[in-house]
Amino acid sequence: MKLSINGEVHDLDVDPEMPLLWAIRDIVGLTGTKFGCGMAQCGACTVHQDGIAIRSCVTPVSAAEGSEITTIEGVAGKEAEALQAAWTALDVPQCGYCQSGQIMSATALLQENPKPTDADIDAAMSGNLCRCATYQRIRAGIHDAAKAIG
Amino acid sequence: MKISNLGHQVSRFQPSRRQFLVGAAATGVGFKLAFPARKALATEGTDPDPFDAYIQIAPDNTVTILSAHMDMGQGCYHGIATLVAEELEADWGQLVVEGGAGNTKYYGNLAWGGVAQGTGGSSAMFSSFDRYRRAGALARTMLMNAAAESWGVPAVEITAAKGVLSHASGKSATYGEMAEAAAQQPLPAEVTLKSRDQWQVIGSETFRRLDSGMKSTGRQDFTIDVKLPGMLTAVIAHPPLFGAKVKSFDASAAKAVKGVVDVVQVSRGVAVVAENTWAAMKGREALTVDWDESGAEKRGSAELLAEYKAALEKPGLVAANRGDAAAGIAGASKVIEATYEFPYLAHAGLEPLDAVAAMNGDTLEIWGGHQMPDLYQAVTAQIAGVTPDKVKLHVMKTGGGFGRRAVTDADIMVEVVETAKAIGWKAPVKLLWTREDDMKGGRYRPLFVHKVKVGLDAAGNIAGWDHRMIGQAILVGTPFESFAVKDGIDGTSVEGVNDTKYAIPAFRAEVTNAQTGVPVLWWRSVGHTHTAYVMETMIDEVARVGGRDPVELRRDLLKDHPKHLAVLNLVAEKANWGAAMPEGTYRGIVLHESFGTVVGAVADIKLNDPANPAAGFKVTKVTCAVDCGTAINPDQIRAQIEGGVGFGLGSVLHEELTLTNGLVDQANYDSYLPLRIEEMPVVETHIVPSENPPTGVGEPGVPVIGPAVANALAAATGQTVRILPFSKGVGV
Repeated sequence: MKLSINGEVHDLDVDPEMPLLWAIRDIVGLTGTKFGCGMAQCGACTVHQDGIAIRSCVTPVSAAEGSEITTIEGVAGKEAEALQAAWTALDVPQCGYCQSGQIMSATALLQENPKPTDADIDAAMSGNLCRCATYQRIRAGIHDAAKAIG
Repeated sequence: MKISNLGHQVSRFQPSRRQFLVGAAATGVGFKLAFPARKALATEGTDPDPFDAYIQIAPDNTVTILSAHMDMGQGCYHGIATLVAEELEADWGQLVVEGGAGNTKYYGNLAWGGVAQGTGGSSAMFSSFDRYRRAGALARTMLMNAAAESWGVPAVEITAAKGVLSHASGKSATYGEMAEAAAQQPLPAEVTLKSRDQWQVIGSETFRRLDSGMKSTGRQDFTIDVKLPGMLTAVIAHPPLFGAKVKSFDASAAKAVKGVVDVVQVSRGVAVVAENTWAAMKGREALTVDWDESGAEKRGSAELLAEYKAALEKPGLVAANRGDAAAGIAGASKVIEATYEFPYLAHAGLEPLDAVAAMNGDTLEIWGGHQMPDLYQAVTAQIAGVTPDKVKLHVMKTGGGFGRRAVTDADIMVEVVETAKAIGWKAPVKLLWTREDDMKGGRYRPLFVHKVKVGLDAAGNIAGWDHRMIGQAILVGTPFESFAVKDGIDGTSVEGVNDTKYAIPAFRAEVTNAQTGVPVLWWRSVGHTHTAYVMETMIDEVARVGGRDPVELRRDLLKDHPKHLAVLNLVAEKANWGAAMPEGTYRGIVLHESFGTVVGAVADIKLNDPANPAAGFKVTKVTCAVDCGTAINPDQIRAQIEGGVGFGLGSVLHEELTLTNGLVDQANYDSYLPLRIEEMPVVETHIVPSENPPTGVGEPGVPVIGPAVANALAAATGQTVRILPFSKGVGV
């Protein structure tokens, strides 16, 4: 099976039912994408499939074939860069385990809605749990990034 | 009530006496005695050589600081880097922090008397304040002495700044260039630390966390990300009931799953070892295990609650007895009686439990969230059949902790080492718990019930306070009981009640240690998770019944405690307490001390329907004031208070772990419900200026939010929520 991740095509010999998350982490070896729940409840595994944020823990790797997968290691562009700069400036992460997923969801949000309100942010980010509850700074980071992009 | 069956918790730990003492110190003594030591820290004897213990300087000028405390997100690495940088005169950009382990003399927690290394009780900054400033000062002095010797000039003429040594003659060298010579210098007999007015890094808002960039770009490695050549991944089939054991198992179907390498029995279940995580999970699904459930806990939460409530009618162990509470209540003109129920709570950190073990030659290496390294070293050495010095611990940052990685029997470490041993050490093994394993795996905040009677005199003053509690003691029933529990009372059960600072002349508190086979553990802020809720909602009720303003009443009751009073006054001022509130909005105030830190909070709530409180509410803003002694990193203090408030708010709104016939009802984040972003209030934190030694901030933000919200809701309804979480009875 061929899988394109961050612009690179990987030839994988895996169970087609294997969740994309484990293919990315265990087979391809990119570990920035995290395992949190295995049932699309926490968002730690968020990646982009053709630019759309998806939960890789419930996506069979076979369903990703033929599409372009972007992980935290490959995410680029003005939205992701502005978010990562804001995250660092505000010290958003505490334990940091969920933050790859937060950045991937926030990037998808800003690509679609460059000037989100608090309510827009809450709606778009509700699927990303942060057990450290860094939510106040996540909101602030998204607003700062939106401003920085202009 | 049944006799407890805690055997499965402790049976693995049969240490030698020496190890036993180490273990006891690492847990009970440490957590219980975390804060009598607010007197000045002893720095008796000779400091360790900083270059042996705490600071490594590479030729490329990278300064690696070895932390005595594990960072699970609370930011202790940032605090320790701040302390070192201040005295070392290092450049912030040259610093790296890693976990140190394996030397109690260097890393023993000074809040625990230095007898064992460990992270807990919000003690990292307290323990590190002198230790790491002294290490920085000693290292800088040795660098300056080396430069003086090398350049043939007096040491007093050397300047050290931003990681560079220089002299008026024009000579200069980076710390990296002078590091080797500095390490050969004799250890200075004494160093003088900077005075507070000379600080440039401590207390600064400028220096950002060293790991924010890593954590925002997916580059921060956690235990789950460890990769070793030939490494296999294991999951374990644990018994569904607490206290059950493996009777027999059939591995044939599991072994038929592609990628499964081994299926082995370990002391706490059956491990499926595979080439990758998915294969291990599929293999475990195919595994058949027959469990011996004869000694298992089979009661559900409803039965436990009923038994606890019945037991509360009888006297317990006396945790506090000042004046004559019974007489005060008997002579009172009004008596308030209340019963509170607190459920089991799961830590539910985003990174589930995990660890990696590999035998390299004669050395066992373990990667993990080593929150009690000395203990884990001793326990795993015994399993592996090596001496403790042949266990090398790699301290990983962890994806949340909240208490779950400080375990008296070293659970996950035992499991991974047993698994690696059972496959003959043929490969490194990564053991991963799934979310379901984590949720159903026990070690919860204990279920607690409180019953309180408060008598008021005609003027509304407290005439007597009688407080009974029942719940599992965290350390009773473990091998540490004789060291950690005094007169049968586990301090972690009653903290926050028995030591209340409120001036209540007739006060009695009793506790009953419930005997239940559900494993329990400290959960961020430990006993304060329930005691603060009861104390602070009862005080508010006393104010309401007596027609007093809740701030005024607290001021009266705390008039002999200036630190508490200052926090109370600051939070009341910053929240503009007493101002008229818009229609449908209410507020509640709380003041509580935990782990030596005093936090005040005012929670503002907005009813969904101003005419009908039953239609639910939203917490809109929480104003906090905190006195945690010297503020080493003000923005990290704010971050921990924000996070503590969010963590605590989720717990009171929605979180509960329940059992039916001994089986845990919740399995994942669809049924166990931590706070999500849409419920996060605005949190504003104000820090009381202080020159006292630093106390912690990781935990003290948690206890205040529940009662603050309850008091706000009671302001709206006249009723205090006493059965947690709120979602059981109130629209949220």
